[in-house]
Amino acid sequence: MQKTITGQAYVLGDNVDTDQIIPAQYLTFNPAIPEEYRQFGKYALSSVPPAQAGLPKGHMPFHAEDEFVSPYKIIVAGKNFGCGSSREHAPIALNAAGIEAVIAEFYARIFFRNSVNGGYLIPFESSDRLCDAICTGDELRIDLAESRLDNLTTKEQWRLKPLGEVAPILEAGGLFPYARRVGMLK
Amino acid sequence: MPLTLTEKILASHSQRDSVSPGDNVWVDADVLMTHDVCGPGTIGVFKQHFGASAKVWDREKVVIIPDHYIFTADKMANRNVEVLRQFAAEQNIPYFYDVGTPRYKGVCHIALPEEGHTRPGEVLFGTDSHTCTAGAFGEFATGIGNTDAGFVMGAGKLWVKVPPTMRFVFHGELPPYLMAKDLILAVIGDIGCDGATYQAMEFDGDGVYALNIEERMTLCNMVIEAGGKNGVIAPDHVTLDFVNRRNAGNRPYNVHRSDPGARYCFEKVYDVSKLEPVVAKPHSPDNRAAVSEIQGTKLDRAYIGSCTGGKMTDFRAAARILAGKTVKIDTFVVPATSEIARGIREEKLNGKTLEQIFQSAGAKIGEPSCAACLGGPSDTFGRLNQAISCISTTNRNFPGRMGHKEARVFLASPLTVAASAVTGTIADPREFV
Repeated sequence: MQKTITGQAYVLGDNVDTDQIIPAQYLTFNPAIPEEYRQFGKYALSSVPPAQAGLPKGHMPFHAEDEFVSPYKIIVAGKNFGCGSSREHAPIALNAAGIEAVIAEFYARIFFRNSVNGGYLIPFESSDRLCDAICTGDELRIDLAESRLDNLTTKEQWRLKPLGEVAPILEAGGLFPYARRVGMLK
Repeated sequence: MPLTLTEKILASHSQRDSVSPGDNVWVDADVLMTHDVCGPGTIGVFKQHFGASAKVWDREKVVIIPDHYIFTADKMANRNVEVLRQFAAEQNIPYFYDVGTPRYKGVCHIALPEEGHTRPGEVLFGTDSHTCTAGAFGEFATGIGNTDAGFVMGAGKLWVKVPPTMRFVFHGELPPYLMAKDLILAVIGDIGCDGATYQAMEFDGDGVYALNIEERMTLCNMVIEAGGKNGVIAPDHVTLDFVNRRNAGNRPYNVHRSDPGARYCFEKVYDVSKLEPVVAKPHSPDNRAAVSEIQGTKLDRAYIGSCTGGKMTDFRAAARILAGKTVKIDTFVVPATSEIARGIREEKLNGKTLEQIFQSAGAKIGEPSCAACLGGPSDTFGRLNQAISCISTTNRNFPGRMGHKEARVFLASPLTVAASAVTGTIADPREFV
C-alpha cells in the first residue's frame, strides 16, 4: 500500500447509492474483460442528480462525457456511501475512473466489503462531516500511516479513523492475497 | 452464553461454540447463488485466482439463476447469459435455471425457495443485495460482491463480521388493508436507510407468525434498504411445511432459535392493528409518508412486480382491488417467476383468473424477470424511460433506479399500488377493501 494519496477532491452528499455510482443499464459490461472494465470508468457517477454532483456548487461533471478517467482522485462524501445494490461494479467504476480513496462518514457494508476485498480503493471513515468542509477541486493529501488528511488548498487538517481490522486485507491487496497470507488458501 | 439466531448460525458454521458481535470468523457456505449481472464477473474472479481449469468447491452448492436482463435484444446482456451457460456446462452444475428452457425461473430470490435451495440454519451467500430475503426461512442469508463470490466458489467459505442483532416485534392482527410491505416501510421509515448498517434484523411476535411465507420474505427482503446485513425469522411449522415440500436434494438442516436472554442492540415493538398504509416517497426508501397524507398525488404509471412485490400473495392482493375495475394509468404486472406466472393464469377470484382480471382492467403483463425494478437495458418491460411518476411494489427509489434519473418512484404495497392504478393518483386501499 502506498504511503500517501494526493489529488483533487470530488464532493458528494449522503446516501449515494450504487445505482447512482453505476446505473444498472451499464451492468452488461463484464468487469473480468479488461476493455469492458475500462468502460465502467466512463459511466461512473453518471446517475448522480446534477445538483448534487460536485458539491458545494453542484453541476460539476465528474469527467467530460467521453472521458474514461476523471481528473479527481479522492471522493469525499457524507453518510452511508454505497448503499443499495451489492454490485461490485460500483467500486470498480470508481477505480476505473481513477479514484484511489473515498472518505465518508460511514459506508453501506457491501460497498465497503467490495472495496476492501477487491482491492479497488481505500474506504476511509471520518468522524468530521468533511463533505460540508471540503470543496470539489480542493487538493487533498492522505497520509495512510498517520490516518491524517491535509487540505493543501485551505491548509486545514483532519484526523481520519484508523483502517483497523481491514488494514491487513488492504495491505495485502485484497481478499485473495490476504487469505493466502493467513493460510486460508493454498 | 445465550445467543441470537444469527449468532448461532455463524457459530455453527465456523466450528465455534459461541461468537460475539464484532468477531471476524471464516464461515462455511451451504449455498452460493449468482445471476446474469454478477455471475460473469464472479466467474472471472474465480478463474483468475483458482485457475482456468479449476472446479467449483461443490457443484451441488452453486446455484445459477439468470433473472435480470432476460427479455431484451441487448447483445451484451445475452452474451452474459451465455457466459453462465458455458460455465454451468463446463462445471456440470445441476442447479442452473437456463433461459429459454422449461427450467427457466425468473427472479432469483423467489426462485431459490421455490426450487428448494433455502433451508433453516444454513448460510446462503448471493451476488445480490436482496439475498437477505431468504432469512424468512431461518437462515443466514446475505448479499456479496464478485470478489467474495469468486472466493466462495473456489474455497466454500468467506470471512464474515458477526453483526449485532436488532429485534423487531410485531403484535396484533393485521388489518385487511395492510401488508408486510407496509410493516417494513414503517420500520425503514423509523430507523432510516442507514439504521441497521452492519446489523442483523430479527423479526418476531404473533404479528409475524400470522404472515404466510411470502409475506415473511417481503419483510426480510427489504432489510437491506435499512442497511441490514441480514434479516431473519425463526422457523415455525409454516416455514418447515414449505421447506420440507421443496428441499432440493433432501438435505438435512438444523432449526435454530434465539436463546432466552440473547443480547439485542435495539428492540422495537409494533402493534400492527394500529399501523396505516404507507409509501416511501422519492428518492429514498426511508422517505415515508402515510398514504392519507399524500393521497391524490398525480401518477403516470403503476408497477407490480419484483422479488419484493411480485409473488402470488402480492398479485392476489392487487386482483382483489382490480377485479371489475379499469386502470387509469399505464399499469405493468410482472410475475417474479415462471411458477408465479402459471399461478396467475390458473388461480381464480370469483370465477376469473388473476390474468383475466389484470387484462380486463387494462394492465400489461410481462414475462417473469427482474424487469424494470432496476431499470436495465432501454427495451426492458416497464422501464421508466422518461421523467415520469410511478408507484411501485418494488424495493428502491433512489435517483435513476427504475430508469430515468429524474423519474419519481413511490414505493408501496400491492394493495396501495392497485388502488392508485385505478384512480391515477396515490389512493388509500381502505377505500377499496
